[in-house]
Amino acid sequence: MKKTLFDKVWDAHVVDAIDNGPQILYIDKHLIHEVTSPQAFNELNDRNIPIFRPNQIVATADHNTPTENQHLPVPDDLSRHQLEQLAKNCTANNITLYELGHKYNGIVHVMAPELGVTQPGMTMVCGDSHTSTHGAFGTIAFGIGTSQVAQVFASQCLLLTKPKSLRVTVNGTLKKGVLPKDVILYIISKLGTNSGTGYFCEYAGNVFENMSMEGRMTVCNMSIEMGARGGMIAPDETTFEYIKGREFAPKGTDFEKKVAYWKTLPTDDGATFDKEYTFDAEDIEPMITYGTNPGMGIKISETIPNSESESDKKSLAYMNFTAGESLIGKPINYVFIGSCTNSRIEDFRVAANYIKGKQKADNVTAWLVPGSRQVETQIIEEGLKDIFEAAGFELRQPGCSACLAMNDDKIPQGEYCVSTSNRNFEGRQGQGSRTILASPLVAAATAVEGTIIDVSKQFV
Amino acid sequence: MEKFSTLTSTAIPLKISNVDTDQIIPARFLKATDKKGFGDNLFRDWRYDKQEKLIPDFALNNTKYSGSILVAGDNFGCGSSREHAAWALAGYGFKVIVSSFFADIFKGNALNNGLLPIQVSEEILEQLFAAINNNAEVQFKINLETQTLAVLGTQIETTFDIDPYKKTCLINGYDDIDYLLSKKDKIEAFELQKTHLI
Repeated sequence: MKKTLFDKVWDAHVVDAIDNGPQILYIDKHLIHEVTSPQAFNELNDRNIPIFRPNQIVATADHNTPTENQHLPVPDDLSRHQLEQLAKNCTANNITLYELGHKYNGIVHVMAPELGVTQPGMTMVCGDSHTSTHGAFGTIAFGIGTSQVAQVFASQCLLLTKPKSLRVTVNGTLKKGVLPKDVILYIISKLGTNSGTGYFCEYAGNVFENMSMEGRMTVCNMSIEMGARGGMIAPDETTFEYIKGREFAPKGTDFEKKVAYWKTLPTDDGATFDKEYTFDAEDIEPMITYGTNPGMGIKISETIPNSESESDKKSLAYMNFTAGESLIGKPINYVFIGSCTNSRIEDFRVAANYIKGKQKADNVTAWLVPGSRQVETQIIEEGLKDIFEAAGFELRQPGCSACLAMNDDKIPQGEYCVSTSNRNFEGRQGQGSRTILASPLVAAATAVEGTIIDVSKQFV
Repeated sequence: MEKFSTLTSTAIPLKISNVDTDQIIPARFLKATDKKGFGDNLFRDWRYDKQEKLIPDFALNNTKYSGSILVAGDNFGCGSSREHAAWALAGYGFKVIVSSFFADIFKGNALNNGLLPIQVSEEILEQLFAAINNNAEVQFKINLETQTLAVLGTQIETTFDIDPYKKTCLINGYDDIDYLLSKKDKIEAFELQKTHLI
């Protein structure tokens, strides 16, 4: 039988099945962080159940960490307590933790691939919906709730019903100035926020084949924003080259053996999907969102569409936008380049390349937040930090930061923020904040102009 | 986990689509390390204004409405995987959420906390909103065993789907950990035969 990439990885991990019920899926790697793990540790502790496979768990502190003065004690009492709790839990259970200040610390979906923890053909979970990021490697990776974190702690397995399959194919040549973020924002704007619910999505076509691993991670990261639990891209030479030599990557002949296995994973010719969509690369332009869910996106040159839906009207009222209006020329006072979607070295190279020789607009507060300590180091080593500082930008320390504003990096009430993150929900970046999602290029251009500009015009 | 079999209650209408988990429980309240107290901050920024004053026309604050059933718009619970959303809804006193569509992770989280997500057709959902609008005191009757939802004194009666395994768990108050631990031998055997893959 012809199999999809998803089928091959899933089927290789099924331990057992309940009649007329879910299957027991084995989980190779479990990533944890401070916010969604403490209650799971408590659960096991209360029931006197040991952690089954601590060496398959990797922990980092990212959601609730400050992005300045990381060498000092965390000032907020509740945040500090949560971070201390993670450290205590990891120590007590022999779990590897890259805590604040460690050279491998960073956003869980940036640091794990960077260390070679993420590999093709694996199953990976984390108590975070953007775990879909790791699918860029041909990995089945998805977000789970805290009860499921406890289940994986106890058994290294989950009870799951196999999702249906979905394939999104994009072929053609992307226009200049169109980045992976625009590709995924375009797909979500076409398909809506729940088209993928109940499905695992494979991205196929030469647009994804030609993307870097960083770009593929940006795309897979936002699969959950169309409701899909995960997104995957077939592993290829780009994937193998990225993994080779990383800290936890297999070495020598082990690596060669793994590559031979990984090469068997791509979807068989003729395999069928439950649902398929196809788009042309030429139709995609730099994108921005205008509403309060990631499906409410338009090409930067377009105007806000009319909608009779009460929810859409509520959304526009929250954003203080009106149907029919263009966002070009809107004054913007906050710009955020960061988050597990766009905080990898390539994103900062794009931003620096645009910013070089220009100056940040006076009205703009711009936060550049690297995804990990390694990305931060690379930014400095490649001289990008000098470019940012000369242009008046602030490079902060790694973490999730203003993507979800659990720490002090909050956008004030009523202010717009052009953000490279993944969610434009009401108040996501701080109470009353208004988020406009965009690529690192659009974000950098906004910071320089102080208003939204049509970057596509600069590449004609 | 608390058992669930039947429930008769009035319902609170939340006629908004794409209610995301950031609205159900904003991120700034996720700093706790236990499961308690999240109900106080359920829909915090829709229930209270910046001055911490109740917003009277929000459904949960409207004294007309009460009950342990929330009837919500399409695609309820999208966004973040935070189980805190399920803890907040359960902590506030909800036992059932009715919608025409649930986001995947939220649905699983709800079921793992004894909170029953009932998916109905868009047509039925409209009828439920209309029934509450017509009479806020109208009683909903839910029976998990027969998988039925009825609105008493009206023609509205519908069946709903639920995974048979999850149904057994809810009725008996079992959770997945108990089941998975009973399969330890199979899991260990699986690990031995798949070592070449990991």
